[in-house]
Amino acid sequence: MSKDIIEEFTSREYEHGWTTNIEVDAAPKGLNEEIIRFISAKKNEPEWLLEWRLKAYRQWTRMKEPTWPNVKYPPIDYQDIIYYAAPKQKARPESLEDVDPELLKTFEKLGISLVEQKRLTGVAVDAVIDSVSVATTFKETLAELGIIFCSFSEAVQKHPDLVRKYMGSVVPVNDNYFAALNSAVFTDGSFCYIPKGVRCPMELSTYFRINAANTGQFERTLIIADEGSYVSYLEGCTAPMRDEHQLHAAVVEIYAMKNAHVKYSTVQNWYPGDKEGKGGIYNFVTKRGLCAGEHSKISWTQVETGSAITWKYPSCILKGDYSSGEFYSVAVTNNYQQADTGTKMIHIGKGTRSRIVSKGISAGHSQNSYRGQVHVLKRAEGARNFSQCDSLLMGDKCGAHTFPYIDVENNTAHIEHEATTSKIGEDQIFYCQQRGIDEESAVALIVNGYAREVLKQLPMEFAVEAQKLLALTLEGSVG
Amino acid sequence: MLSIKNLCAKIGDNQILNGIDLEVKPGEIHAIMGPNGSGKSTLASVLAGREEFEVTDGSVEFLGKDLLAMSPDERAREGIFMAFQYPVEIPGVSTVNFMKTAVNQVRTHRGLPALDAVSFLSLMKEKMKLVDIDQSLLNRSLNEGFSGGEKKRNEIFQLAMLDPRLAILDETDSGLDIDALRIVADGVNKLMTKDKSIIVVTHYQRLLEYIVPDFVHVLYKGKIVKSGGKELALELEAKGYDWVKDSVAA
Amino acid sequence: MTTNAIDTNPTLLGVSSGAIDSIPSLATLRDETFRHLQEVGFPGPKNEEYKYTPLTRALEKLSLDDQEGTGTVNLADYAIPDLDATVVAFVNEKCVTSLPETEGLIVKPLQEALSEGKGINHFAKIVDAQSDAFVAWNTLAWTYGFYIEVPAGKTLTKPLVILHVSDGAVRKAARNLIVVGRNAQCTVIQMFASTGKGASYVNVVTEGFVDENARLDLYAIQADMPGQIQFNQTRVLQKDNSRVNSYAFTLGGKLVRNNLALALDGQGCESHMYGLYLLNGDTHADNHTVVDHIKPNSFSNELYKGIMDDTSRGVFNGKIYVRPNAQKTNAFQSNRNILLSTDAKVNTKPQLEIWADDVKCSHGCTTGQIDEDALFYLMARGIPRSTARAMLLYAFAGETIDAVSLPPVQQYLAQRVSQRLQRNDF
Repeated sequence: MSKDIIEEFTSREYEHGWTTNIEVDAAPKGLNEEIIRFISAKKNEPEWLLEWRLKAYRQWTRMKEPTWPNVKYPPIDYQDIIYYAAPKQKARPESLEDVDPELLKTFEKLGISLVEQKRLTGVAVDAVIDSVSVATTFKETLAELGIIFCSFSEAVQKHPDLVRKYMGSVVPVNDNYFAALNSAVFTDGSFCYIPKGVRCPMELSTYFRINAANTGQFERTLIIADEGSYVSYLEGCTAPMRDEHQLHAAVVEIYAMKNAHVKYSTVQNWYPGDKEGKGGIYNFVTKRGLCAGEHSKISWTQVETGSAITWKYPSCILKGDYSSGEFYSVAVTNNYQQADTGTKMIHIGKGTRSRIVSKGISAGHSQNSYRGQVHVLKRAEGARNFSQCDSLLMGDKCGAHTFPYIDVENNTAHIEHEATTSKIGEDQIFYCQQRGIDEESAVALIVNGYAREVLKQLPMEFAVEAQKLLALTLEGSVG
Repeated sequence: MLSIKNLCAKIGDNQILNGIDLEVKPGEIHAIMGPNGSGKSTLASVLAGREEFEVTDGSVEFLGKDLLAMSPDERAREGIFMAFQYPVEIPGVSTVNFMKTAVNQVRTHRGLPALDAVSFLSLMKEKMKLVDIDQSLLNRSLNEGFSGGEKKRNEIFQLAMLDPRLAILDETDSGLDIDALRIVADGVNKLMTKDKSIIVVTHYQRLLEYIVPDFVHVLYKGKIVKSGGKELALELEAKGYDWVKDSVAA
Repeated sequence: MTTNAIDTNPTLLGVSSGAIDSIPSLATLRDETFRHLQEVGFPGPKNEEYKYTPLTRALEKLSLDDQEGTGTVNLADYAIPDLDATVVAFVNEKCVTSLPETEGLIVKPLQEALSEGKGINHFAKIVDAQSDAFVAWNTLAWTYGFYIEVPAGKTLTKPLVILHVSDGAVRKAARNLIVVGRNAQCTVIQMFASTGKGASYVNVVTEGFVDENARLDLYAIQADMPGQIQFNQTRVLQKDNSRVNSYAFTLGGKLVRNNLALALDGQGCESHMYGLYLLNGDTHADNHTVVDHIKPNSFSNELYKGIMDDTSRGVFNGKIYVRPNAQKTNAFQSNRNILLSTDAKVNTKPQLEIWADDVKCSHGCTTGQIDEDALFYLMARGIPRSTARAMLLYAFAGETIDAVSLPPVQQYLAQRVSQRLQRNDF
C-alpha cells in the first residue's frame, strides 16, 4: 500500500475544529464547595439538589481515579479546569427567535438545523453547548403527547419530582470517580420522560458541543420510559481543536419500566487530538440503563471515532424478568487515540437476554481495547447472552485488546462469546481495485462492510453520518 | 490493443517472467497455456497490477497508454478486467453495493453520468440473465459462502456489468463442472464483440472448446515457447506438456 | 498454637531452610526474592490475577496441626496401566524410588544439579521469581524436584512420571527444570495425590527450555488429591521450530490453581494446550494460561473444557499476546463450560492482546448445560437418563482426552473420566 495515501489520510484535518465567538459566562478555574454552590446558585437550584451535589463532591474527594483501564495519560489537574461556562444569554430563550444568531450558526455549521420548520425528517433536538442547553426544538409537538423533552436545568425547575426520584437511581453518586465528579459539578444536559403507552413519534436528539477553552463538559442525561413506551434517542458530539486536553465526564441514565423500549444511539466525534497526539478530549463517560420492569428493553448503539481517550461502558442492568439489553459498538482509533470501551450486561431477572456486538478498528499508533462483562446472577434462570467482539488492525504500530469477563452463577444460562482479530486483506483491496474502485473507496467499502452489523442499528440519518465518519477517520490508513 | 514487449517480472528473488512478447488486436481471443509454474497466472496478475510482482524489464502498452505506470484501479477503469482464479470474499459488502461503486467509478472515468438506483437495477437485471445468477446471491456478502461455481459466475456477471475492452480470464475453468463451465463460457461469448479482446489463461484445453481462441501460446519457464492456432491446444492435449518441455530442451 | 500453611507475617513468610539456602551462587537471588516477597506480600482478594481464587485466604485458614499421615503409601494405586514409563515417586518431600538411569539422559535432584552449576543459566530465568508471590515463595521454599536434561538429538522413548504424594497434612514445595536440547524429545508426566487425614498444600514450579526443533510433552494429572490446595506453575520457553504439548487434567482437590505460560521465542513454533476440569463437591479449580507470541510465524491452539457440579467453581483465564514482531501468528483459543448444579459457578476471561497486524487470532467461550433435546433423543432409544447424561458429558469432555498423544494415558484418563461421569451423584 502506498505510504503517500496513508500520509494523506492520517494528516487529514478534523472537520469540526473551528471555534465560534460566543460570549461565555464562566466560573473561575478550580473545584471546591464554593464552586459547586456557585453553579447551583447560577442555576437557581433547590436546596436538595445542592445537597446532592455536595454529597457527591465529598465522596469524590475520597475516591481515587481508576487505573485499570488500558489507557495512559498524564495526571489530570482537576483544579485547572473551568467547571462552569455558559453561552451568555439574557435568559433561557422562549423560542428560537430569541436564540443568539451566533449559536444558531454554530449548529448550522455542524449540520444541525435548529430551525424547526426546515426539518423534514422530524428530529427533535436539544443543543448543549459548553454544558448548557441552548435550544430544544419540537417541544410543543411532543408536549401534546405528554412527552417531556427539555434541558436538565429546565426539568429541575419544572419537574423536580421526576428528577429527584430518578436521578442517581441507575448510576449512584459514588458509582465511580468520574460519575461522582459529574454528580458534583454537572451543569446541564437533557431530560426526557415518555409517558405510559406512548410511542415517541420522532427521534429525540441531543447535540453536544464544547466550545470554550479550558472547560470541562459535565452534562447529564436522564431518560425515563414509562410502561409500554418507546423512544429512540440520538446523541452527537464535537469540539474545537485545541492544544490542551479537555475533560468530558458525562452521565447518562436510562430507566425503563415494564414493556418499555429505549434505543440510545451515539455518534461520538469529539476532537481526537492531532496526528502527534497533542490535544483532544478525554472522554470519561458513565452510561447505564436499568431494565427495571419485565419485558423492558434497552439498546445501546455507539460509533466512537473521536476523543484522545475514550473510557466508556454503556451497560444494562437486566433486573426485570425477561428484559433484554443490547450493545452495538464500532470504535475506531487512529494516530495516538486510545479507547477502552465495552459494556456490562448484568443479568438479574429470569429469562433475561443480552447481545453484544463490538467491532474495533485500530490504525496508526492507537490502542483499542474492548472490555466487557457478562454477569449472570444466581436468580437469572434461563439467561442468554451472545457476544461477538472483532478487531481489525491497520498497520503494525497499533494494538487491539479484548478483556471479556464472563461470570456465571446460574446453571441454566447459555453464554456464548466469540472474538477474532484480523487485518484488512491486501487481496480484498486488490480485488476492489481490479474492478475500478480506487484504494480509498475500497478501504471505506471494506470497513463499512465489517461494521455493517452495528451501522444498520442506527437510524438512517445517523448511519449515513457514521459511515462518512468511519471513512474519513480511516481511509488509506492501511499499511 | 495490447502490446507486451520483453516483459520480465519477479516476486521476491524469484524471477518468473523472462521476456514475454505478445500482441493482442481488437476482436481477438488469445489463449495462454502452459504447465503449472510456467508463469501463466503471474502474467495475468502483472497485467492487472498486483503489487507483489516487480516488473524488472520490458513494456506493456494498452490502447496506446503505458499500462505499467497505472495503479490497478486505473487499469480497470481504462478497460482491463481480470476474472480471478480465486475470487476474494468481503464480509458485509453485498455484490450489489460493490458493483454500484465500481460501475459508477468506471462510468465517471469514461465521462458518463453515474447511474441512479433504478437504471442500475435494470442494468443488473439484464446482465444477471446472461450468467443465470440469482438476485438473492447478489444481495449477500460478496463471494462469502459462495460455491466455486457461484463465485466464477459472479466474476462473469461483473465482467458483463463493467463492460471492459480486454478481459483476462485466469483459470476460470478450474473447479467447474461441465454445466457450470458451459454457462460461464456462454456468458463470455455473448459479451464478445469486434472491438473487444480476451486473454484466456488455462491449464487445460477443455475451456477452449467453448471459448474458441484465434491464437494459442504456450508458456514455459516464463517465456512463450510456441504459438499457433486453435489446433495447438488440441495437440498439447494429446501430447502433454512434456512434449513442449522436450522440444524446448532439444 | 496452630501452624498455618503460609505465614503471611512478612518476617517469616512461612519460609525456612529451602534448598536454595545451600547453593551459594544463588544467594543474591534468594535475598532479592525474599525482600520482594516481604514487600509485596501474598495477593489479596483485590488482586486481578487472584480475583476469583482467594488462595492467600485459603492458606491462612488452613491449619496443618494434628493431622496424621497413613505412613504407608501404595505406589501401585497411582500407576497408569500399560504405560511403560520411568517412575519417580515422592511421598511428602522424600524420594521413595531409585533415580532412573537412562542412557544419555540426566535426571538428578535439582539441588544437586544447581550446586554443580548445571541448569544455573535457566533456573529462575524462565519463570521470574518476582512475577508472582507464590512463585517467589516456591523459589525460597522448594526442597525437592528434578533437573532433567535431554541432550541434543536424543529422543526419550519412555515418558518420565513424577508422582507427588502428600501423606497427611503437609506443606511442601517442589521445583523442576527441564532442558530439552536441539532435536531432542521427551514427555514428562506429573501426577498429584494425597492420602491420610487433613489438608495439604503443594506448590510446584516447573521451568522448561525447549531448544530448536525439539519437542516437549507435559502432563499434569490432578486426580486423587482430596483436601489439597495446590499452586502449580509451569512456564516453558520455546526456540525456533520447537513444539510443546501441554495437558492439564483436574479431577479433584480442594483448591487448585494452575498457571501455565508458553513463551514462543522462536519462529515456526507450535504449541498445543489442552485442559479438562471436572469438578464436584466444593472443589475450586482455576486455570490461568498465557501464550506469548514473541516472534513471527508461530501457531498456538488452546482448548480447555470444564464441567462443574455441586458447589464447585471453575475459573479460566486465557491470555494470548501477539508482540509487535510476531507477524503471521495464528493463535486460537476455546473455553467451553457446563454447569450441572444450581450452586456451581464459572468465571471465564479469555483475553487477546495484539500488537501485530498480520495475524489470525480468535477466541471463543461458552457456558451452558446438557442439551436437553439430545438427552431426550437418547432416552427415547431406551437409554436410561443417567447413562445418557454420562454419554453426553463424556462426548463434551472427550475432546480433550482424544488429544492425548500417549495411548495408555489416554485410556487411563478416558476410564477415570467416564467412571466419574457414570456415578449418579455427579
